[in-house]
Amino acid sequence: MAPMAVRSRTSRGPGRVRNYGPAYAGPAGIWLTVFFVAPLLVIVAYSFMAKGLYGGVEPRFSLEAYRSLANSVFLRVSMNTLGISLVTTVLAILIALPCGYYMARSNRKTLLLMLVIIPFWTNFLIRIYAWIAILGNNGFLNALLLRAGIVAAPVQFLYNQVAVTIVLVYTYLPYAILPLYSTIEKFDFSLLEAARDLGCTRRGAIFRVLLPNIRAGIITAVLFVFIPTFGAYAVPLLVGGKESYMLGNFVAEELTRTRNWPLASAISMVITLVTTLGLWLMFRLQGKAPQAKDPARSGGERRAP
Amino acid sequence: MLHFSPPFAIIPPVPSRPATIGGKRNELKGSDVSIEGVSKSFGTFTALRDVSMVIRKGEFYSLLGPSGCGKTTLLRIIAGFDDPDGGEVSLDGTSVLNLPPNERHVNTVFQNYALFPHLTVFENVAFPLRLKKTPNATVRSRVGDYLELVQLSSHAEKMPAQLSGGQKQRVAVARALINEPSVLLLDEPLSALDAKLRQHMLIELDAIHDKIGITFIYVTHDQQEALSVSDRIAVMNAGQVLQIGTPHEIYESPATGFVAAFIGETNMFEGTVESVEGTMVAVDVTGLGRILVTEDEPPAPGSKASVVVRPEKIRIDTERPAPAKRTDINFLEGSVDEPIYSGSSTKYYVRHQSGTMLKVIKQHANWSDEGPEIEWKDKVYLSWSADDAYLLGAS
Ligand SMILES: Nc1ncnc2c1ncn2[C@@H]1O[C@H](COP(=O)(O)OP(=O)(O)OP(=O)(O)O)[C@@H](O)[C@H]1O
Ligand SMILES: [Mg+2]
Repeated sequence: MAPMAVRSRTSRGPGRVRNYGPAYAGPAGIWLTVFFVAPLLVIVAYSFMAKGLYGGVEPRFSLEAYRSLANSVFLRVSMNTLGISLVTTVLAILIALPCGYYMARSNRKTLLLMLVIIPFWTNFLIRIYAWIAILGNNGFLNALLLRAGIVAAPVQFLYNQVAVTIVLVYTYLPYAILPLYSTIEKFDFSLLEAARDLGCTRRGAIFRVLLPNIRAGIITAVLFVFIPTFGAYAVPLLVGGKESYMLGNFVAEELTRTRNWPLASAISMVITLVTTLGLWLMFRLQGKAPQAKDPARSGGERRAP
Repeated sequence: MLHFSPPFAIIPPVPSRPATIGGKRNELKGSDVSIEGVSKSFGTFTALRDVSMVIRKGEFYSLLGPSGCGKTTLLRIIAGFDDPDGGEVSLDGTSVLNLPPNERHVNTVFQNYALFPHLTVFENVAFPLRLKKTPNATVRSRVGDYLELVQLSSHAEKMPAQLSGGQKQRVAVARALINEPSVLLLDEPLSALDAKLRQHMLIELDAIHDKIGITFIYVTHDQQEALSVSDRIAVMNAGQVLQIGTPHEIYESPATGFVAAFIGETNMFEGTVESVEGTMVAVDVTGLGRILVTEDEPPAPGSKASVVVRPEKIRIDTERPAPAKRTDINFLEGSVDEPIYSGSSTKYYVRHQSGTMLKVIKQHANWSDEGPEIEWKDKVYLSWSADDAYLLGAS
């Protein structure tokens, strides 16, 4: 019996099927090369060139752009950006986890999924303006507070770091909820009962069993929130103030006002590097996670919905 | 899996252990479990209806019943995952209904094993100890002991996904036992295994039970499983307990027609009680005529009753057996409608002249068994003693 099994696993038979994988991947490959790799290379090249007089670049090698990064303003904005992105990521995950969990255990999954996706039907900028209408000095929230007599004069909610963080969390929350929902949905909830049975408290079961098993989803959610927030531009521009200036705004400024293209490119490179570093870190974390697949988990609980 | 076959020839002895596991043999360390009037509904559906039973310390107690009869529901209530709508569950006389699952001295072997996929076999078994922040050295020796108990020492570093079904089941047992619960709940722990392995694991479970001496509550819908290892069995159907008794009692004197039919095969004939002489009852069965049954508490003549006789209690011959001096033997004639050969025995469906079908099981004997082989369409004589049949009241 054993030799048979070995044979059937190794022998493929004479008529080997041709691998058309590369052909299928071709169009996507071309697309990515033209619209992603090439522009990236252009930015890399620009960042190592000298600034043109009226914008653009002078085609000669220069480290001027990188050298000018070594100033306190850039450092402060970078730290600021990192801070806002990290806080946003943590908040988004903390909100998304219970949401995803609830959605996965609910028996109206489709409805809840729709509710998460519906905001995408409205333009991103319009949604930011909606926040201005809510948080502004003459906005909805202030009107409510004034009416209730909680405050005497309008509170300044907008144009600071808190406003930026709130709107960023709001914007990227669905990107955290969806991957978390889809991993939690595949989680075998009877494992939580097993953990309780073996002595875990309710909370202990979540930390010791649920979280390690949905690690892949958490990592994806972290990346989906952190990467776009780190390069955020529109949100800090519209609801932020001076102290919530982010790297994305810096790039735009250098590109359009100061017209220092190499510097804009160099800053972009920093953004790319930091997000890549984040990506790498997360993949390493994921790599360490043991394979959480159990194909033979049969005869499971039939008492779901 | 190959190392398990043949299943009975090489049953590895449960290793004799130092006093760490089990302690003195037969010393009963489990708890009494008392269930009183427990009911549970899901919406309008009643899953358990006034279920009561007392499970004694150290007993191997089976809950047996068809799929959907509420066995898992009852187990979940004992474990604390569900609350009953009414009734009481107590361990050693103390109610546990207000305790969460993690505070009950009860552990469960789940039907799907519920091993933690992100932990190795070792860490799965160590899980309860880690929760209690047990020192590492203690964890290592305790987990080592329990892995040895279930014969998985060499698989400690594997992930659950890399184990066979039987191995997973044993990890689940070790993990449930390491906390030294006073009651172990097993929810059809063998249902995912093939027949041979099931036999083997059953014997192992029984040996572990003997060794550890705690109360086992074992859920199954397989009557063979329940009969072979249980001290007592509670037969359930549709959320109710029909009968509680030893395997012998359940098999030999089932309380209802359902129990009789569910536990093994049976012949059941409805009739009317004709006459009663002492314990000897004559029942007039439509088609078959007068059938004799002994009954300790005979019903009144004229009442309806069913005669029940197990297929293996009926003797089948090709010639009419010599008229015995005994007067308590029932004789019937018929022809073989269908013989079903199944290795160690053959089951015959015999059609009586009246058209009534009887099931007869004949054990294949050895050379001393004489007489020609019985074949299809053969005319046969069936006979059984009044002692081997019993009566069930009309219900
Ligand atoms: N959470 C629930 N919601 C609704 N009905 C349920 C729920 N849990 C169980 N039931 C119903 O209660 C009945 C008993 O279920 P239970 O799981 O106890 O059966 P069982 O005896 O363990 O069956 P099996 O042998 O198939 O495991 C079933 O009809 C089932 O559909
Ligand atoms: Mg069940």
